[in-house]
This record gives sequence, C-alpha cells and structure tokens, in this order.
Amino acid sequence: MTHAPWTRRALAAAAGTGLALSLAACSDAGAEDGEVLVGLITKTETNPFFVKMKEGAEEAADEHGVTLQSFSGDYDGDNESQVQAVENLIAAGADGILITPNDSEAIVPALDQARAAGIMVIALDTPTEPQDAVDATFATDNFLAGEYIGQWAAAHFEAEGVDPRVAMLDLNPNQIAVDVARDQGFLQGLGVDIADPGQIGDEDDDRIVGHDVTEGAEEGGRTAMENLLQRDPDINLVYTINEPAAAGAYEALNAAGVAEDVVIVSVDGGCPGVENVGSGILGATSMQFPLDMAAQGVDAVVEYAASGETPEPTEGLDFVNTGVELITDQPMDGVESQDSAWGLDNCWG
Amino acid sequence: MTTSNTSRVPTSDPQPPPTVLAEDVRPPTLVDRAQRLLHAQATLGPAGVLLLTIVAFSVIAPNFLAPTNISLILQQTAVIGTLALGQTLIILTMGIDLSVGSIMVLCSIVMGRLSADFGVPGPLALLVGLACGMACGLFNGVLVTRVKLPPFIVTLGSLNIFFALNLWFSRSETVRGTDMSPVLMWTGQVLTVGGMRLTYGSLLMLAICGLLAYALHRTRWGRHVYATGDDREAARLAGVRVNRILLSVYAVAGLVYAVGAWILIGRIASASPQAGVMDNLDSITAVVLGGTSLFGGRGLIIGTVMGALIVGVCRNGLSLAGVDVLWQNFAVGVLVILAVSLDQWIRKARR
Repeated sequence: MTHAPWTRRALAAAAGTGLALSLAACSDAGAEDGEVLVGLITKTETNPFFVKMKEGAEEAADEHGVTLQSFSGDYDGDNESQVQAVENLIAAGADGILITPNDSEAIVPALDQARAAGIMVIALDTPTEPQDAVDATFATDNFLAGEYIGQWAAAHFEAEGVDPRVAMLDLNPNQIAVDVARDQGFLQGLGVDIADPGQIGDEDDDRIVGHDVTEGAEEGGRTAMENLLQRDPDINLVYTINEPAAAGAYEALNAAGVAEDVVIVSVDGGCPGVENVGSGILGATSMQFPLDMAAQGVDAVVEYAASGETPEPTEGLDFVNTGVELITDQPMDGVESQDSAWGLDNCWG
Repeated sequence: MTTSNTSRVPTSDPQPPPTVLAEDVRPPTLVDRAQRLLHAQATLGPAGVLLLTIVAFSVIAPNFLAPTNISLILQQTAVIGTLALGQTLIILTMGIDLSVGSIMVLCSIVMGRLSADFGVPGPLALLVGLACGMACGLFNGVLVTRVKLPPFIVTLGSLNIFFALNLWFSRSETVRGTDMSPVLMWTGQVLTVGGMRLTYGSLLMLAICGLLAYALHRTRWGRHVYATGDDREAARLAGVRVNRILLSVYAVAGLVYAVGAWILIGRIASASPQAGVMDNLDSITAVVLGGTSLFGGRGLIIGTVMGALIVGVCRNGLSLAGVDVLWQNFAVGVLVILAVSLDQWIRKARR
C-alpha cells in the first residue's frame, strides 16, 4: 500500500474535525439547573412539514427563554434513532418531549421510561399506539381535513350540475393511519358510503374510477394520474393525499390536455400548494398548522414545568386538535373556507 | 442439464470427458440451442421478456396498445431508464452505485435553484448541474480507485452525503418549474408523432443509450471497460490503465445521472428535494432485468432500456387492468428473481 498517503491523512483529519465538532455540540447542550429543557423529535429532516415544525418549536422556545434540543429519525420509519433521542433526552434531564413517532408502537417502551423519569411526553401529528402512552396528542384532524375537501367538491359538482368521476391518488399500499383518514374523510364528505372507515378501497360506488399510489411525491402523482386517465379519460375530480402529488397529477392532466376540465383537491396547506390554489391548479386544499402544533407543544411543556399540569384533549376528540382550514378561491355555500391570500399569510403557520 | 465437467465421480450415467468429440456424442437439444443462443446474444432475453409482457398486457388491459399509452410508458420510463444507463456502466465494472438517486436530486436542485433563485441563465444553470453530476461521480470514483474502498461502501456513504447537501441547498423546499428558465423545462416538451406523444426527455434517454452503446461497443474505451469488469488483474496485465478507466466510468455515470435530473425537472415541472430518493434500487432493477450481470463484464447497454421498459410496461399494464399496487410490486419482484435465475442459467451454457 504505497499509494496516496495524503488521502488517508485527509480522512483522518476529517474524522478528527468531525469528532471535535460533535464534542463541541454536546458541551453546550443539556439543561442547567432550573432551566427548562424541551426535546423535539421529528420523523425526518427531509420533509418540509417537519422543517416547519422545528421552526415553530425554535420560535416558541426563544419566546419562553427555554432550551430546545432537536432530533430526528434518519428516514421515514426509523425507530432506532428516535429511541436513542429519547434516551439522550432522559439523560439530559428534559422536562418534556415532543415526538412525531416513526413507529407508533415500537417507540412506546422508550416513552414509558421517559414518563417514569417524570418527563411529560406529547405526540405531535402522529398518535402513538396505544394513544395513552403519551400525556397528550397534538394533531391535525386528518379525517376532517379530508371531509372538508370532499364537501367542497360535492358542492362544486352540484353547482355545475355534473356527476363526479373520481380518481383517488393515495400515499402507498400500507394503509397507514393518515392516508386512510384523509381518503375516507374525503369520500364521506363527497357523499360516498365508505363501508369500513379503516379501509381504503373497499367502497363500491361507481363514481370512483380507481385508486393509485403516489408516495406523496410529484413523480408518483404524475405516473398514477397518467395511468388512471388511460383507464378512464372521463375523470373530472382528483383527490390527492398531499400537494406534491397534486402538482404531479396536474402535470399529467395538462399533458393530456384536460387540465381545464378536471378539479384537483388536496390536503396539506404548504406554501407551494396554496400558490397552486391561487393559480387555479388546485380547486381546494385543507391546511394544517405544523408550526402552531410545535409551538403549542412547547407552551404545554413550559406550563408543565411550572405547574405540573398536562393538556386536556379537544372536546369530543381524543387528541388536541391543532386546527384545519379549507383554502379555496371558489367558496361554496355551506362550506366554510378561506381564500388563497389568507392561505399565503398562514401557510403551515 | 447434466453435462457438467466439474465432477469426476462416476455415476450411473457416466458422461465422457468433455472433449470436442464428446460434444458431438449427444446432439444439442432445443433447450441447449436456446441457452447457447441467449449466451451469444445478450439482449435476446430481455427483448423476449419485453415482447411477452407487451403481448400479454395488450390482451389483458384495454387501451394498452393505444399509441398514447405506448408513448406514456416511454415517458414514465425516461428518468429511471437514464439513471439505469449510468448504473449499467458501473455494474459492468463489477461495481454498484447506491448514490444514483441522491446525485440526481442534488443536480436537479442545483439546476433549479441557480435558475429560479440566483438568476443564472438557463443554459449555464444546466451546465453547472451537469458538472455537478460529474463531480459527484468523480468523488465516488476517487474513493474507489485511490482509497480502494468497495463501491458498495463508497456509494452507501456518498448517498447520505449528496442527499444532505441536497437538503441543505434546497432548504427542503421545492423549486417550481414556472420560476425556472424554459431551457430546464425543455425535456418535458412534447413531440407528436403519429398519435404518440413523445417528450424530449424520453428521446434524450434513447439518444444517451445510443451514444453509450457506441462508446461501449465501438471504441477502445468500451473494450477496456468490459475487460476491467471481467477480470481486473488480467486487464491490468494486458496494459489497460484500470484506475483511469474506472474513474472515467464513474464520471460518465455521474454525468448521465445529471441528464436524468434534467429529464426529471421536465417531467414533474419542478425540482423537488424529495424526488427520486428511492430510484437507486429501481435503477438496479432495470439493469438486472436488462441482462447485465451483477458479477461484472457481461451485458449490453440496450438491454438496460429494455429492462426499464419491462418494469414500466408491467406497472402501467397492471394499473390499466385495475390491479392493486401491492401486486404490482409483487410482480416486479418476481420478474427480478426470474431474470437473475435466467442469467445464471445462461452462464452455464455449453460452449
């Protein structure tokens, strides 16, 4: 091995720097006596939804003058990293942990340990299983989010005097809770008999042309829409799991020259999605509030550190509803909504 | 298939030693002939499978053979097909590239943001994006040739590095196509030919396939790539500058991924930091279905496009037939295993 000793030296130097940096990062973390420490653990660093969540938590922590430590999984579904994050927060003496679990069941033992150590745990966005493994859940009512766009679409098509032919662009084949709730909420709002509310695709209403999956991304949305259009060119209403999938679906409709005749509805409320409502690409979208969600979580931890009180769920629900708003520029009678200008001011607020 | 010469132990049906004469003792059966033919003509397998799936779905799925649908499959295959072309080069040298998806996403974000947020003219943004892909490829190549790390490990690491850079540079936000230069969106433009709606992106994939096929089969560089993949030591002894060849393969692959990024921008009319994250596995699937051996040195670039098309045809056809996505994944999995089994069987062909 005579070749290129510089590469090995460079690698060693890089490794050394990395270690030094991480040590430096550790030394100024951790709660000093009397100071409130809030831990935030999101699913991934990659999803803008969680990026917003982190922003909200940081702002709230600054406001209260408390310390925030953020962690996240490495990929969607990464439980291991989240367990480590919980352990680190227990060791650091956190007062409260806000977590969006990657695995609703597998995270529970770690959360039990945290609560046994006197830490309040709040699930953000995604509930744990069982739900009472945490002190409270702050989340979007995803069924309601779906129901809003369904009601809006029903009113829209009634006003036009046309029967809807519906394409359903879901997330993936796993039937995860968020996907099921939005899909079923939408169909309920549209006036379809949803059969088992825990099951996507068991309806036999002939207004539904078909389901396909998108992985919640543009490319998936486009491919799924292309295939469903090929199956039935008369589709005039498209439900999409989120706004990236909706943007992809629009590209497919546009390429097929039918974008004008088809209404797309979605859920999310991200700023690009709201812009798409403004430019007429989306008929309506349901907005969620991740920034608020995290800020309310931090508030709750501060409250808990001061008084020992945990938050009460919203009336009639088993979680704290952090709100959903319907955003559309074509308001329908009997369906409450905000326009896209309001949406742009509040996107993912 | 009992004509193995690996065992000298006499059996109840002893075979004569494998000499030229012995070959003539038992006339080759139809299966033997097929096996030898497939061995000699590497694209015959994927072409056969592709034809078979097309025939099957034209019977099962209504609208399948419509020109619009055929061009649709080409469009749907363009991104993965292009990535798989780069991946083929690396697999031919007995490597594997897990960082394809990350390199593509990074390049698309570089192109998109330079154009939309920094006001860089479209052609220049495109060039910088392409250079970025090449640089990523070279980064992998240097680690493989200089630090002598296995490609699997190198690209496993660089997958994370490139993806993190992508998130940092994009701030995890999607760049909308309407904010970009039309040059970047050109690959999404449509050329209508006899009812087929071909995007420039899908034509670009075919063009790159042609270019790479020429380079691999008609140039010295191509012969050296095959030689390096088949037996690195032998190639080195025969005077091939193995490290240079490997480095060039990684650089060219990176460049091809960057073209994939350009095609992706046209297809989804935006540059999304989340797009294509899982495309590394899909590109390997296409290469394997295309008959390129994961053990290096054997395969044709045209097979890869066919491999990508086989997946595209299956997914599109099953979807038109109303089959649940669950079973689409199942079918693709079965195809991959069948393809590798076929490859193994072909390798045992009697000469």
